[in-house]
Amino acid sequence: MVERQSPLEPEFHVGSHGNFEHGVEILLTETRPGSIVQLAAWPGEEKKLMAAIRTVTGLALPDGAGGGLSDGVKSVFGFAPGKFTVADDAEGLAAAFAKVVTPDIGTVTDLSHGRTAIRIAGPKAEWVLAKFFAIDFALPAFPIGAGRSTAHHDVFAQIQRTGSDQFDIHVFRSFARSFWNALCHASEEVGYEVQ
Amino acid sequence: MLITCPYCGPRDVIEFTYQGDGNRERPDPASQNFEAWNAYVYDRLNPAGDHNEIWQHSGGCRAHLRVVRNTLTHEISSVAFVRGDHASAARRKAEGQS
Ligand SMILES: [Zn+2]
Repeated sequence: MVERQSPLEPEFHVGSHGNFEHGVEILLTETRPGSIVQLAAWPGEEKKLMAAIRTVTGLALPDGAGGGLSDGVKSVFGFAPGKFTVADDAEGLAAAFAKVVTPDIGTVTDLSHGRTAIRIAGPKAEWVLAKFFAIDFALPAFPIGAGRSTAHHDVFAQIQRTGSDQFDIHVFRSFARSFWNALCHASEEVGYEVQ
Repeated sequence: MLITCPYCGPRDVIEFTYQGDGNRERPDPASQNFEAWNAYVYDRLNPAGDHNEIWQHSGGCRAHLRVVRNTLTHEISSVAFVRGDHASAARRKAEGQS
């Protein structure tokens, strides 16, 4: 496969930035999954789709809105009723799902080239994200593995919590650089490191 | 104003798009009953109080919602999926009920 270019590249500056004299409180990076797919079940077929997700990824989705989990390589979360986002470090997820998600269960949309996944981590991650999104980032309201669909300045974002102070944000690839710049600016006052 | 999406939880109104009066009944597309079409397009209850509305959580899960909003206080007293209606209607049809 050809090397996929990052849309963040011209603005991706590895190192410490902003007000980091007293320590870095934010880590920013691009997770660059090999595959990102969205799956949608027809009404009533949700359980079959969740079973298909388990077959392909080995991840057993919890019931409930926005439920999800990650094993560090593959991640899955619900972002709408009967709809799920799945990411994998490896390529080929769409082809794997096409074999098990039959047309009577639902649909598979390959977004591997359409989304950029940005990871924000560190003790101030919740605090920085609260500047962008009007949702509750506290751990009891937004548990590890869970996903949220929301928007920043009318631009969609899907957020999965992948650690107690770590979030993976999926944004449109064409908006990713602008969002990345905004995230860097918002992190300046607490000191951030790009890895 | 907060709308509690049945999927996403409480969200700011900025994430939602108003899709119109939820009391309207669209005539059959083949209907030539001009009074029914006129009522569908123009007649509104315009209540000072609880109002049935359709909203879309366009900046979130994108589900269409049935919302009851008080036009005097903006209090939201109920939110439900529109699709729930269709799903249960389809199921009723499949089961041979009206
Ligand atoms: Zn929603």
